[in-house]
Amino acid sequence: MSEPLSLATDVLVIGGGLAGAWAAVAAAQAGADVVLVDKGYCGTSGVTATAGPGHWWVPPERREAAVADRVQRALGLGDPEWMRRILDLTWTSLPKLSAYYDFSTDEAGQVQHRALRGPEYMAAMRAYALASGARILDHHPALQLLRHGDGSIAGATGLSLRGETPWTIRAGAVVIATGGVAFASRLLGAATNTGDGLLMGAEAGADLSGMELSNYYTPSVAGTNMARSMAYSFARWFDADDNELDIPNGPDVTPHLARALLRGPLFCRLDRVPEDIRAIMPQVQPNFVLPFDRMGIDAYRDRFEVTLHAEGTVRGIGGLRVDDQDCQTAVSGLYVAGDAASRELVTGAISGGGAVNSSWALSSGQWAGAAAARRARALGARADALVIATGQAGLSPRRKAGDFDAAGAIQAVREELNAYDKNIFRRGEALTASLERLDGVWRELSDHGQAKGRAALRLREAAALVAAGRWSKAAALARRESRGMHRREDAPAPDARLASRQRAQGLDRVFTRFETPPAQAEVA
Amino acid sequence: MIEVIVEDRCTGCGDCVEACPSDVLRVGEGGKAVIAHQADCQTCLLCELYCPADALFVWPEVDRVIGVTAEQALASGQMGAFRRDHGWGEHAATHTNQHWRMGAIFERARLLAIETAAAQNPSNTARHEDIR
Ligand SMILES: Cc1cc2nc3c(=O)[nH]c(=O)nc-3n(C[C@H](O)[C@H](O)[C@H](O)COP(=O)(O)OP(=O)(O)OC[C@H]3O[C@@H](n4cnc5c(N)ncnc54)[C@H](O)[C@@H]3O)c2cc1C
Ligand code: SF4
Ligand code: SF4
Repeated sequence: MSEPLSLATDVLVIGGGLAGAWAAVAAAQAGADVVLVDKGYCGTSGVTATAGPGHWWVPPERREAAVADRVQRALGLGDPEWMRRILDLTWTSLPKLSAYYDFSTDEAGQVQHRALRGPEYMAAMRAYALASGARILDHHPALQLLRHGDGSIAGATGLSLRGETPWTIRAGAVVIATGGVAFASRLLGAATNTGDGLLMGAEAGADLSGMELSNYYTPSVAGTNMARSMAYSFARWFDADDNELDIPNGPDVTPHLARALLRGPLFCRLDRVPEDIRAIMPQVQPNFVLPFDRMGIDAYRDRFEVTLHAEGTVRGIGGLRVDDQDCQTAVSGLYVAGDAASRELVTGAISGGGAVNSSWALSSGQWAGAAAARRARALGARADALVIATGQAGLSPRRKAGDFDAAGAIQAVREELNAYDKNIFRRGEALTASLERLDGVWRELSDHGQAKGRAALRLREAAALVAAGRWSKAAALARRESRGMHRREDAPAPDARLASRQRAQGLDRVFTRFETPPAQAEVA
Repeated sequence: MIEVIVEDRCTGCGDCVEACPSDVLRVGEGGKAVIAHQADCQTCLLCELYCPADALFVWPEVDRVIGVTAEQALASGQMGAFRRDHGWGEHAATHTNQHWRMGAIFERARLLAIETAAAQNPSNTARHEDIR
């Protein structure tokens, strides 16, 4: 067995997906000592690595129009200033990757920066972070944050999966970049995205925002996780009797597909995908074609069964609330980036998938990393100061430690947060029932949950999933209206008085409250 | 789910072990990669991409183990197909990265949706957010 690891650094980045890697680059380039820990492997884990994000890549002369359009679609929750900031930074950042990513050139000889293929993008980000001087510890999940007596963040502790030994890292500032919470839905690339950062942040005193906006769904071949949706924009949809369903493709397709799935099995034909696109598909999205090829389905001729995967906050919106321009949370020294943060500022009440999310990850990562570096270099790691461990549920049970069924808790989260009738079509009564069930699971877990080694990680993941599920349900219950992806069947219209962001916090008891909308006087 | 590692092909380099985001694999006693935590596999396919010897085989279903044998995997003609389509290693010249065309493909789908909607109801227009 290897020795427990203990070290001190300026900046600790937790999570090595898109946002965490950009944070590590920025912090290291600002002159800080940087350690990045990932639960998996920086380069393959997280939802960018298995996908291929197109960024919000807009030339300067078209930006104001893009912002105006987005503000309108954000349905009152967006902020044009933040949108401008991420457009700017995306434009200047991506070209810097050309030493590590082989950007394609179009027929006219123009370099194409907008969309990068996932595995190559994340391999490039790993190389860029290392070249910038960051140290990467793979297979080193963080389990909890450490804080000083004054409440500011002092580092984190976690587990090294090889040898199952604990680690402690003291840091002058910490960036949480643990991704969104996919509510254990088996979404492509999201197995490690269990909301750990949301739980750790909340335990340390941060609050959240937009957690009701956590119900984005994507079609996939039944039985698989392959949530690459591009080809489905050409789809025709059928019921079990092979009747074609009248479902228009577009941004509002999900409720139609979900209704069909609540009636019975749903099938798809991709026969409208043009021939020339079929020919290049394996080189555009190699993983999209793979399940068909292996399972013996002719994707463009055969009818095949589909399912809808819950994405939770991944291409949903909610997360830790950003409290200042540097992406600091409400806790001093704790920064947040990417899908672990609420993206309402830049996407509003509709999904930022397709462009805005990756630009947010790239931008928030760099702001958080640079600010964390400034802070740490000013204050140092204070490695000798006394620190307090902030984690509770699953780590230090309040009553007698006992056998807690982590798999059962995760299954409860799946049932409450993936089910179409509970999470896409929401109603007050069902939300209350879900919340009560998850409250019960939480009490059990925080009273009795404790484990060692890999089982400790699974238990903390369960705790994070349950906590995130509770914030999501509580926020959905309090938003008694429909807005963007949040759809209340018992309140189907938007309510102008609720055109503002909603915060959530609390562990044993969950609270939510609306921020006052700046323009309330005009709205009312 | 990761199904099988073809022992004859595996050189024991450990690349897949490092790269697996769910820590499923190990280099075993015999110096070859082995599946140590199969139930943790998230079917991300990336071990296949990182294996220079095309020794691993992942089945696309996420919830169950099919029990694919090394012989079946080899006979499928699929071993190494993912790394090839990505143009990694020796495939770089023949399988270039066409991912950047995604924007144009979404645009084609959007126009098709508008056409279809217009054919059904001339006053209707569809808008399509390109979400991949
Ligand atoms: C199929 C799909 C397609 C998408 N396409 C687009 C697109 O075209 N355009 C767009 O803008 N956006 C797109 N998105 C969204 C985009 O991928 C995300 O916004 C982006 O990846 C967020 O980056 P992130 O670093 O916050 O999270 P991730 O990339 O998910 O990374 C999170 C990382 O944190 C690690 N982690 C988690 N918990 C811990 C812990 N306890 N300790 C240590 N590490 C931990 C994970 O292992 C992971 O590596 C897509 C998403 C999906 C699912
Ligand atoms: S498919 Fe992904 S999770 Fe499964 S063994 Fe391979 S790399 Fe690991
Ligand atoms: S990457 Fe391939 S060759 Fe290397 S250890 Fe893994 S299976 Fe064996």
